[in-house]
Amino acid sequence: MNGPADLPPGDVPADVPPADASPTGTSGGTSPGATSGGASPADEWRRLNSRMLFVHPFQVAVRAVPALLGLLVAGSSRGGSGHLWSLGGLVVMIVLGTLQWFTTTFRITDEHVQVRKGLFRRQVMTVPRDRVRTVDVTSHILHRVLGLARVEIGTGRSDQKGGGALKLDALGTAEAAHLREELLHRQLAPNSPTGAAAPGADPSGAGGDAAGAGDGWVGAGGGAGGTLPVPVPLPGSGPITGVRPVAAVRPVTAAFAPEQETELARLQPRWIRYAPFTLSGIVAVGVIAGFLSRLTNEGGVDLRKIAALREGWEWFTRVPVWTGVAAAVLALVVFVAVASTFGYILSFWGFRLTRHTGGTLHVTRGLITTRATTIEERRLRGVEVSEPLLLRAVRGARLIAVTTGLRVGRGAQRGGSMLLPPAPVAEVEALAERVLTPGTPDGPDTRDTRDTRDTRDRPDTPDGTSPVVAPLVAHGATAMRRRFTRALGANALAVVALLALWEWAGLPEWTWITALGFIPFAALLAADRYRNLGHAMTTEYLVTRWGSLVRRRVVLECDGIIGWNVTRSFFQRRAGLATLTATTAAGRQGYRVSDVAMGEALGIAAAGIPGLLDPFLTVPGQHASEPEGSQ
Amino acid sequence: MDVQTPSLRPPLHRVSRTAIRYWTVRASLGWLIVIGAQIAWMVLADGDHRAVRIPALAVTAVFAAAHLIVMPQWRYRVHRWETTPEAVYTLSGWFKQEWRIAPVSRIQTVDSERGPLEQLFGLANVTVTTASAAGPLKISGLDRGTADRIVHELTASAQATAGDAT
Repeated sequence: MNGPADLPPGDVPADVPPADASPTGTSGGTSPGATSGGASPADEWRRLNSRMLFVHPFQVAVRAVPALLGLLVAGSSRGGSGHLWSLGGLVVMIVLGTLQWFTTTFRITDEHVQVRKGLFRRQVMTVPRDRVRTVDVTSHILHRVLGLARVEIGTGRSDQKGGGALKLDALGTAEAAHLREELLHRQLAPNSPTGAAAPGADPSGAGGDAAGAGDGWVGAGGGAGGTLPVPVPLPGSGPITGVRPVAAVRPVTAAFAPEQETELARLQPRWIRYAPFTLSGIVAVGVIAGFLSRLTNEGGVDLRKIAALREGWEWFTRVPVWTGVAAAVLALVVFVAVASTFGYILSFWGFRLTRHTGGTLHVTRGLITTRATTIEERRLRGVEVSEPLLLRAVRGARLIAVTTGLRVGRGAQRGGSMLLPPAPVAEVEALAERVLTPGTPDGPDTRDTRDTRDTRDRPDTPDGTSPVVAPLVAHGATAMRRRFTRALGANALAVVALLALWEWAGLPEWTWITALGFIPFAALLAADRYRNLGHAMTTEYLVTRWGSLVRRRVVLECDGIIGWNVTRSFFQRRAGLATLTATTAAGRQGYRVSDVAMGEALGIAAAGIPGLLDPFLTVPGQHASEPEGSQ
Repeated sequence: MDVQTPSLRPPLHRVSRTAIRYWTVRASLGWLIVIGAQIAWMVLADGDHRAVRIPALAVTAVFAAAHLIVMPQWRYRVHRWETTPEAVYTLSGWFKQEWRIAPVSRIQTVDSERGPLEQLFGLANVTVTTASAAGPLKISGLDRGTADRIVHELTASAQATAGDAT
């Protein structure tokens, strides 16, 4: 028997059958002022933008290229109708892709965002609107040419695959911007200065034709009130979208009041000097290598027939081996550096981070593929300063948001939580402080009712340093010994294994010699890992730092911690250490303070959630807070 | 350990004693598959490597016996749980021990589940999830009445708290 108890009120399971799709549905009019009179057009099921009918076949065809190539090769080797099979497969996939448009509908009621999709397996995904945490608007090049944007709505449902995100691929750029505004700002709108206009902000408000709504409602919005709080013009409405009548977007951008947002950061062109150190270009090397191998294997292209390559190869075989290796390494380094720089420019050109009075942070970036991410600020639980080794060597760092609704490194949400691209570490730290410091309290209180510690104005420790730069507590000699034991132990194990293979399986000699040569590096790694290991507890934040190849310093709001896990392995018990994990709904879902003394770990836990641990402690220590409220 | 440093005491409650038998049966089913496969392999294949296979089977049997005797008792001693009006508290693991503590106010779901084998023994397990993917608390091997009571209590007290527990 399953006895799931969805406890928080208003949390509707995702598979609830929708209410009747008629405009006179149950959800109309429950929230006063939400609809601008008459039947509620917002409750209608709407389709995605009809221009997606062009995009889907194209996307499917591009995605199907490897499969089709394989099909072609396999088909033709059997003789005969290989091409027909490939063509048939392509047609089937295009038809299926096109059907997506016909089968996908969505609607936004006063309480829910619902998406219906699927041909054979119909799905209805329902997200309560108060669970919307982030809205991510992405436009790939094809989208931009056609004036489209993909909207991804992030929720706090971390128990679901993909973080429970809803995807709408795609809407018109203006409609997407409006949707974002509506989802994240409307609930606050009635109290805000421009709130009066917000009710008019119903999407598809004008023109019954939902398919063409991309432009239709914009006109309506402009007519309904000149102060529509649609703040930021999507980057997608840049020059590339000249295909679309730009005038259609103007009313919205003109209505945008500049005092609604404050800019926190903007890309400085000189930051691009950090790009080569990000090593993102390695991906490009992989892609090119994959493409070349596919070209030779499946496409049957003989690379030796290309003159330039052949001459290069001949030179390579002529010169002494060390020259060859040096040349190859140099070429690789140069290529990776150039590719990384291009990658940086492509992803982060036009980067802007702004804070809105509506209570959101807004990131726009991208040269060709544009991306706009909106993060609800009260769901921002902290920040992560991440320093990959090479970037750290040149005093660079990145800033990543720790927020509910955007999980780090998950599929399409990857990179969505980036608050600052690789930049000087001083800038990153300054921005981290600005992000953690709430904006001027001019609007309504957007905080949780549970959030009782709102009186803060700066994220300070008692002695005045911010958690971003506060000195950390080192974890002591035992923790250091464990770092060395692990690094050297793993290396020694590798050496022994390679020695054995060399002795009995005829592995070349240089393998274990190389492994032996790595021992100093392992020691350096261990030393660096220990040096970076640390934590601090301020009045409102837990700070933990770890790692060497990628050093991360996480500043996590104590209010965002929703439990503690303490793990102790056999060896940790002998050393009197423990690993404390602060579980949270944001970011990586759990942040560890590794190899800290048991008493210290409990002290952190007690300070993070006062009173929670007290009933479970055997000796109430001096670290623990006063045991009021416990039995 | 040093008496001066505070440390976590084990949670108050053990799971049901029946769980020992349940774990034994469940583990022996797994071992039966392994041993059965070995025997089948020995019988079906012609007996050329018998000198290797019989000792291998013996070693498997010894491991199985040791596991079946030690594991359920040990697990019974180690797995503990406790709920208070403020928190849920569990302890599990023997080589790597893990204490998990979640405030009741941050609980999202309380699920009770009974597999076919658990039903035979009248057992149930309870999984308490929070909004974090890193922190579900699982108590297995509870007797049915206790499980139902936990679910009932936690559901009631979690519903009493406001907010969406993130």
